[in-house]
Amino acid sequence: MKKYTYTEKKDTRSGFGAGMAELGKSHPNVMALCADLVASLKLDAFIKENPDRFVQCGIAEANMIGVAAGLAIAGYVPYATTFANFGSGRVYDQIRQSVAYSGANVKIAVSHAGLTLGEDGATHQILEDLAMMRSMPEMTVINPCDYNQTKAATIALADHVGPAYLRFGRPVVPVFTDPNQEFVIGKAWMVNEGKDVTIVATGHLVWEAIQAGEILEQEGIDAEIINIHTIKPLDEEAILKSVEKTGCMVNAEEHQLNGGLGDAVCQLLSRKRPTPVEMVGVDNSFGESGTPAQLMEKYGLNAAAIVEKVKQVIARK
Amino acid sequence: MKVEELKTTAAQVRRDIVRMVHGCQSGHPGGSLGCTDLVTALYFHEMKIDESKGADGFLNFSREAKGEDLFFLSNGHISPLFYSVLARRGYFDIKEMATFRKINSRLQGHPATHEHLPGIRIASGSLGQGLSVANGAAYAKKLRKEDRIVYVLMGDGEQQEGQIWEAAQFAPHYKLDNLVAIVDWNKQQIDGSTDKVMDNRDLKAKYEAFGWLTVDLLDGNDMQQVLDALAAAKALLGKGQPVVILMKTEMGAGVDFMMHTHKWHGTAPNDEQLAAALAQLPETLGDY
Repeated sequence: MKKYTYTEKKDTRSGFGAGMAELGKSHPNVMALCADLVASLKLDAFIKENPDRFVQCGIAEANMIGVAAGLAIAGYVPYATTFANFGSGRVYDQIRQSVAYSGANVKIAVSHAGLTLGEDGATHQILEDLAMMRSMPEMTVINPCDYNQTKAATIALADHVGPAYLRFGRPVVPVFTDPNQEFVIGKAWMVNEGKDVTIVATGHLVWEAIQAGEILEQEGIDAEIINIHTIKPLDEEAILKSVEKTGCMVNAEEHQLNGGLGDAVCQLLSRKRPTPVEMVGVDNSFGESGTPAQLMEKYGLNAAAIVEKVKQVIARK
Repeated sequence: MKVEELKTTAAQVRRDIVRMVHGCQSGHPGGSLGCTDLVTALYFHEMKIDESKGADGFLNFSREAKGEDLFFLSNGHISPLFYSVLARRGYFDIKEMATFRKINSRLQGHPATHEHLPGIRIASGSLGQGLSVANGAAYAKKLRKEDRIVYVLMGDGEQQEGQIWEAAQFAPHYKLDNLVAIVDWNKQQIDGSTDKVMDNRDLKAKYEAFGWLTVDLLDGNDMQQVLDALAAAKALLGKGQPVVILMKTEMGAGVDFMMHTHKWHGTAPNDEQLAAALAQLPETLGDY
């Protein structure tokens, strides 16, 4: 098992803020919009350097999406930012008509996704957003795993023409990816090569998958771990190539089992290479208040849960 | 264009609308006819657009609209009006109107950019979104210090959408005094009169309370009054506030049996009704 270590923990949203600060310098057409959550989205640095390219929209997300579409029509590259809950479900129709169907080059960049939002509870813990965005034609969907990857994804999206949904989170988590990584949209990252099982993970679950890989190694199981940061378009080739070798798969995501990465992978496998799969995710349930670690344990979204599913799926081979 | 020429053009646009809706036996003639005079005046008189033409003889169309005035249709269901005006203005062949709402057409039921029809900058149809998009476009023109105007047309039933009021507070906050919104105040919507379905009450007072300057257009089906209202709106621009024209129209204007009722909001005429409608609408520029 390839060794992954970290020296610090940071929140992925700070990676977004750092990426925006860089774009402020490098991309004069990039704009930031926010719906009264500037501090949460870590936009302070961007705003300080580029006050004229920031649009405070107030608590009016539907209008914010439309304003972003209007700016995009004029040739700007707007990043419309808020919490994932309010940047997906609340404004689904605005994104669908004014952005995706209209081919407007708008980036929906959202924080506080999933259970790890923590104490605020289920009203804010969106676990359905990947399903919504993945089902929308022409939408690119990205869920990076740590600070460095989020920063790289934020920067990469500025040169990608087309609507995109970039999802990140609130808690501090290990920073374990290369700070100078090249982020290629739609290209999976091979975290660890192995032969007994494929673990496909996205977002905060990637670090958990690495932890799971280390536990499994001690038990003699050689896990291949793939980071799918781009849920759509899915890197089909990487997944098919891996299961050809391992013959079984576990996928892991901080999202409902319905409609997320797991569903995307299962759809691919059932059509192109039927393979036993077990899934780690939230099973048709809302979240609740608690610390991120408590919630991830209670809802079965941690390394221990991945290990258990790996054993189940290997038994089905 | 002079007022008489505009009336001539509007008459042909009305014929196009009725014929398009008849041709596919679906669509929304009522609001289209009611807003015909305004949209004709905008495209043939008021707006500054790029007049250059491509090798195909049609107007060059840039989605970005740098240096141009631009128009968004928020109440997208009056698409036949939009298509007729765009074709008659020279963005595409008038013959293409025959494909309205039919399979493999660029003239979708509601306006769309997806098929790359020249003249369309945003999809609309799901109501309440156009004012927000116009906000963004007007904001962009301010950023670029472009002294041009963004127009957006909305329905009055559409004023019931919450997003309209999110957008209505944005434009004055950012002093978008290059934005002219028009509300088609025909007092009709699909289920009946707006008063009965969901009373808009005093739209003028509402917009004023939100920080807009208002222009009353008492008869939006009188071309001279339309021109006067557009000129009045333009005179109010540049003063730190957006402008809204409250435009009283008659749904179905120009076809007697389609007026004074909401029943022609989304109904197509049959052959007999088409003949009766066309008998009232002179063919001034030649049918498609």
